[in-house]
This record gives sequence, C-alpha cells and structure tokens, in this order.
Amino acid sequence: MMLKLRVDNQEIEAREGKTLLQACLDNQIYVPNLCYLEDMESPSASCRMCFVEIEGTPQPVPSCTVQVKNDMVVKTDTPAVRQLQRTALRLLLSVHDVDCKNCHANKKCELQNIAKFLKVGLKPKRLERYLKETLIDETHPFLIHYPNRCVLCGKCVHICRGKHGESVLTFARRGFDTIISTYSATDESSLTCGDCDTCVKACPVGALAVKESS
Amino acid sequence: MNEELTEEEKEALKHIALKLETFEKHRGNLIPILQMVQNNLAYLPSEALKIVAQHLGIIESEVYGVATFYNQFRFHPPGKYPVKVCLGTACHVKAGDIILENFERKLEISDGETTPDREFSIERVACVGCCALAPVAIIDETVHGHMAPSKVEGLILRIKLQEEIEEREKKKNEPGQS
Repeated sequence: MMLKLRVDNQEIEAREGKTLLQACLDNQIYVPNLCYLEDMESPSASCRMCFVEIEGTPQPVPSCTVQVKNDMVVKTDTPAVRQLQRTALRLLLSVHDVDCKNCHANKKCELQNIAKFLKVGLKPKRLERYLKETLIDETHPFLIHYPNRCVLCGKCVHICRGKHGESVLTFARRGFDTIISTYSATDESSLTCGDCDTCVKACPVGALAVKESS
Repeated sequence: MNEELTEEEKEALKHIALKLETFEKHRGNLIPILQMVQNNLAYLPSEALKIVAQHLGIIESEVYGVATFYNQFRFHPPGKYPVKVCLGTACHVKAGDIILENFERKLEISDGETTPDREFSIERVACVGCCALAPVAIIDETVHGHMAPSKVEGLILRIKLQEEIEEREKKKNEPGQS
C-alpha cells in the first residue's frame, strides 16, 4: 500500500514498510547517511547521521529506524538536526586520517560529500585528533585495510555475511580501539573471497581496497 | 598472539578439545566456552580460538571479534610477574599513564602483552583501592605506591636480581644434595 507523507513541505509517496530514510532518498530528498543499506532488517543506526524531526516526536530521530506512516510530517533540515549531524561528522573526522590526496576514494568519498553538504571543514579544529597506530593492515591475502580511514559503519561486515552466510570481516576490540578485522584469514584456501570485492564496493570511504597482485 | 605453546599447554588444549564436546553446538555457547578455555589455559591462544570456531561451526574471525570485546579475555599468557598499573581516577590525575608508558618501554611490550620469556606481563587496571598512594603499580602481589617514572627500572632490576640469586642458590645446593 502506498502511503502519503510530507517531507520538507513536499508531498511524497512511499510503500508501507519502508524506512523513512529510504523514502526520502527514493524521492531525491538527501539525508546524510553512512551505515544504512536497503536490505537491512534492523539498521544499526550507528553513524548518527540520518537524523530528522518528525512532528509529534519531541526530539530528532535517526530516520533509518522509523517506518513510514500515513500523514507523517517530517523536516530534514532543522537547526537541531543539523547540529546533531555536524557533531557526529566532526567526531568521525577527528579519528579519520584526512589525507584525501593520497586516498583512492578521493572525490567519491561519502565523508567528503557529507562534509560538503553540512558545510563542515574536513579538519575540525576543536577536537583532538586521535589516530590508531596501525596505518595499513595487509594480513588478508586479497584485501588491504586502512583502520584510520574506516568510519566503522559495518556495511562490509553486513554485506559479506549476506553474501557468504558468514562474514570474513568482523568488528574487533571496543571503544576507540574498535577496528574491522579479518583476524587470521590468511589461509587462502579456506577463504570464500575468490574474486568477490563486494565489501570494497560497499565501503563508503576508502578503508578497503583489493591488493593489486590478486 | 604468536607465542609458542608450552608442552603443558598443548596437553591442556587436548583436554579442552574433549571438554568442548559437552557443550551444545549453539552460538549462544560461545562465551561460556571461551570462559572454560581461559579457565584451563589462563589465556586464549589462537590455536584455542580455532578449535572453538570449528566446534561451533562459525568463522574464526567472529570468535575473535567477540573475545576481543570483553575485558575478561586475554590473548597473551600471564607473566610470572604480572605488572598491573592503576589508571583509576586518582592515578590518572597523578599521571598513571606515564608510569604505564615507562613499564611498556622498559619491558619492550605494550599493555596486555607478555615478554617473550614469559617473565613479565603488563595490564592496566581501574583502581586498586589505595588512591592515597597514587600513582600505584602492583607487581606480583606487592603494591608499590607513589610510583615515579624513575622507580620503574629499579623495580624490574630488583626482580631480575632476586631471580638470579635464587637460581645461584639452587645451583649451589644441587651438587650438595646428590
């Protein structure tokens, strides 16, 4: 069933069961997002980017966790929403190795897009920069991982699990030390990767790459 | 995680493999199994993670991901003299992190690791309950209060000397006994 809702004073239609974020994106209303994939059963809402304000809800909510309802009235660009998004982005950038010139994702990077959209400088001044010690992880036979570029959105983990039943990639450790790890996936024969590069394609930034030799 | 297993640990690992059979092959059992392994081995070597993953039929990296999330699991064998550096509030204010850094530099390992000879291991702890003595470090069971970077080397040296003396005494007594 098609539902009607109002987003930024614009009448849009969406199928029942869709998330509000998807409905907006389908109707060319851009809402910044990093960790959302359409096929996710329960989006993790971990990037804290897709906030919107819904009439009747006291505070902004991440739109990927809300299903569309008839006659919903939504605003995507209120000051409260923008403030939350800018803070989230600044926090992400404070642990990001901003070296765009030497990054293969330069100019097709979601972080750059969102920063431009929200008018946030790539090098926030107020926050302390915190980078991980490991710059490049090359333990995986086919993949290169750059921990300091990773935004920990979890898209690669989700998409690998969806495709192969279990994920070669996983979150490891906790807090600031959290990384995406392939752990001991060094034995080529036991890997399901083959010439699959779904995880690399899913990465919204340049944190994953295929090794050139393979 | 690249330490060689000792003979005893290899034996313990065989024992663990048998014990694993008593656990149902259900992913919800992962944490109880890891706890059982650590109870037997005092840490989780990569060999153990492998057999746990095989038993549950899940990928090794998933076991690793879960195990690294929890503070209770360690991936290096405890040293003969575990060094615990307090980073609780009082010790933090009194620059406990500098003490930690000094131990790390002197022993050439980082927090959570063990020296290759398995003599020392470093751990950070959150408050040991004697904040008036901050910054505090505990080596073996002895509490060292009012730590200073300059005391670190001396403490390590003292333990090493003590060990040497004990060894010499032992050697001296051995021929006498036989």
